Amino acid sequence: MGITDITFYALAITLLSAGFLVTVSRNPVHSVLWLILCFLSAAGFFILLGAEFIAMLLIIVYVGAVAVLFLFVVMMLDVDFAALKGEMARYFPIASIIGIVLLMQMALLFGSWQEAESARSLRQAPTPDIAEMHNTKALGMIIYDQYFLLFQVSGLILLVAMIGAIVLTLRHRKNVKRQDVVAQMQRDPAKAMELKDVKSGQGLG
Amino acid sequence: MIGADLYTALPEIVLALFAMAALMVGVYGSKDKLAEPILWATAGMMVLLGLYAGSMGLEATTAFNGMYISDAFAHFSKMVILFAAAVVMVMGQSYMSAAGLLRFEYPILIALSVVGMMLMVSSGDLIAMYLGLELQSLALYVVATMNRDSLRSTEAGLKYFILGALASGLLLYGASLAYGYSGTTLFAGIISTISEDGMSLGLLMGLAFMLAGLAFKVSAVPFHMWTPDVYEGAPTPVTAFFATAPKVAAMALIARVVHEAFGAVPGDWMQIIAFLATASMFLGAIAAIGQRNIKRLMAYSSISHMGFAFVGLAAGTEQGVQAMLVYMAIYVTMNIGVFAFILTMSRDGKPVTDIDSLGQYSKAEPLRALALLILMFSLAGVPPLVGFFGKFYVLWAAVEAGMTWLAVAGVVASVIGAFYYLRIVYYMYFGEEIEPMDTVRAPVQATLLVVSAAIMVLGVINLFGIEGLAALAAEALVK
Repeated sequence: MGITDITFYALAITLLSAGFLVTVSRNPVHSVLWLILCFLSAAGFFILLGAEFIAMLLIIVYVGAVAVLFLFVVMMLDVDFAALKGEMARYFPIASIIGIVLLMQMALLFGSWQEAESARSLRQAPTPDIAEMHNTKALGMIIYDQYFLLFQVSGLILLVAMIGAIVLTLRHRKNVKRQDVVAQMQRDPAKAMELKDVKSGQGLG
Repeated sequence: MIGADLYTALPEIVLALFAMAALMVGVYGSKDKLAEPILWATAGMMVLLGLYAGSMGLEATTAFNGMYISDAFAHFSKMVILFAAAVVMVMGQSYMSAAGLLRFEYPILIALSVVGMMLMVSSGDLIAMYLGLELQSLALYVVATMNRDSLRSTEAGLKYFILGALASGLLLYGASLAYGYSGTTLFAGIISTISEDGMSLGLLMGLAFMLAGLAFKVSAVPFHMWTPDVYEGAPTPVTAFFATAPKVAAMALIARVVHEAFGAVPGDWMQIIAFLATASMFLGAIAAIGQRNIKRLMAYSSISHMGFAFVGLAAGTEQGVQAMLVYMAIYVTMNIGVFAFILTMSRDGKPVTDIDSLGQYSKAEPLRALALLILMFSLAGVPPLVGFFGKFYVLWAAVEAGMTWLAVAGVVASVIGAFYYLRIVYYMYFGEEIEPMDTVRAPVQATLLVVSAAIMVLGVINLFGIEGLAALAAEALVK
């Protein structure tokens, strides 16, 4: 067992136990923290595979942005997580039975796992030799060239998500004063000010 | 090369660009006042693209390194999807306006969702399939929640979203297993692996998970739980949309996956699909009996109809795929008619959906009642209407493939299901007179209702030639 194997199993065990703790921990903030640990161990896998760029992306995007956003959302939302957990306890027996059955099937699958003989030759995007091309460039070639269609469709999906968020939350309130740049520029002292000569002892009338 | 690829995927590209242009017009123009023109323009665009897809010829081309397949099967499905989406959008316009829900984003989201559906039926790759599906669903989650001030609509959207995410998870897990075994995400690669090295346990698990995820999208039993709630909660025009185009797309995608990627081992998926078919037909037929809300009733009806479409697929033959395509086209036509009617149901200006309000409807509106009667008989599969021929074709395909038991089960389920369709007819003609519904002048809906019913009667002559088109499509898929 080489150092790679040991690292792999250490990361795998961390990932699985952290994933389990995400679902069972009582405090939702702890769940998010365990989730961050999951992302970190997954990033470790990518480094083992020699895909350092994706590993860094995972940390920057998922840990740095997504998980932190989750943390804010969890802290700001007023959701009674205890009640939700109570609901979960009701369905726990049946869920655990299904889970165990699935797990056993997976174990069966793991026991007889065998890659197809032609699988290696069929791989669409094998990692190029590091002397030839570095990872980031290879990734770019795949995304912008070979997977052009998929890249564009992903863009459309994000567009739909954006439109959706706006449609569902934006409300045009009436009587809101907004900045009107043109109107501001058009103002001059003559229009903005009115001089009144107020006689002493009398009001404006 | 990229030019040829783009040309092959022209319908999707045009519709996506159109949606983005319409978005710009809406945002920088006068916002929701433009909703109606945008809606009509989108519908017009879809009809044009549908005609274009129909005229694209029979030769099969692949683009983007095999990820996009343009063949007769894709063209046929796209035609049905585009026409259905355009008609449903136009049909729901007055309802959405009256309820104050017609925002300019609505037609744009529908258009983007249709782009997703077109990519689904054209996909030749696991990733392309997943992205198409996700584009479609994400837009649908949003339109389900369009009525954001209503608790039911919000609940519908949320339920649909969460269960949809779960289904996507299952689908992705299956896809990753299939990839892990075969080393490729291309359907063509997977099938060549299978024919060289046989079907391994890993691929079988992948197939099962993928079918589970996809079955959710067509609301096949046991993945149907979301359907009644979402159908009931979403605004009626959106429900009408859910019941038509997305069902065709998901059904076509399932046919594509099982034939294009797993066509070498039909025995492995035929049993899964046969189970889905039987369970859906029976649950849809039995659970609908207790429903008093016509939208929930149509939800169970669509579950049952998906079961029948699955019977065609379960046969695993070219004839089966043809029967499935014909069935879906007929199903969409019938549903457009019925939902056109549901959109006109109102009392005191408010939409109603309970079936009791249909009491003595035939006296108030004889023509519409007659049209609905024809549609209900057709949905139930009573000969000699077109709906009967749809059922006949799928059941016959099952018999030809040696699955007589499945055909018998289909006949039994069809008889059970006839009860609740005929009950609606009973209410209309012999039901108790209660406070009558408004007599609304709804020219678009009434026309669609009558036209759809007329198709059900006149179509018995030659099914408007759809059979021949479906045969060409099936031939392209099953090689």
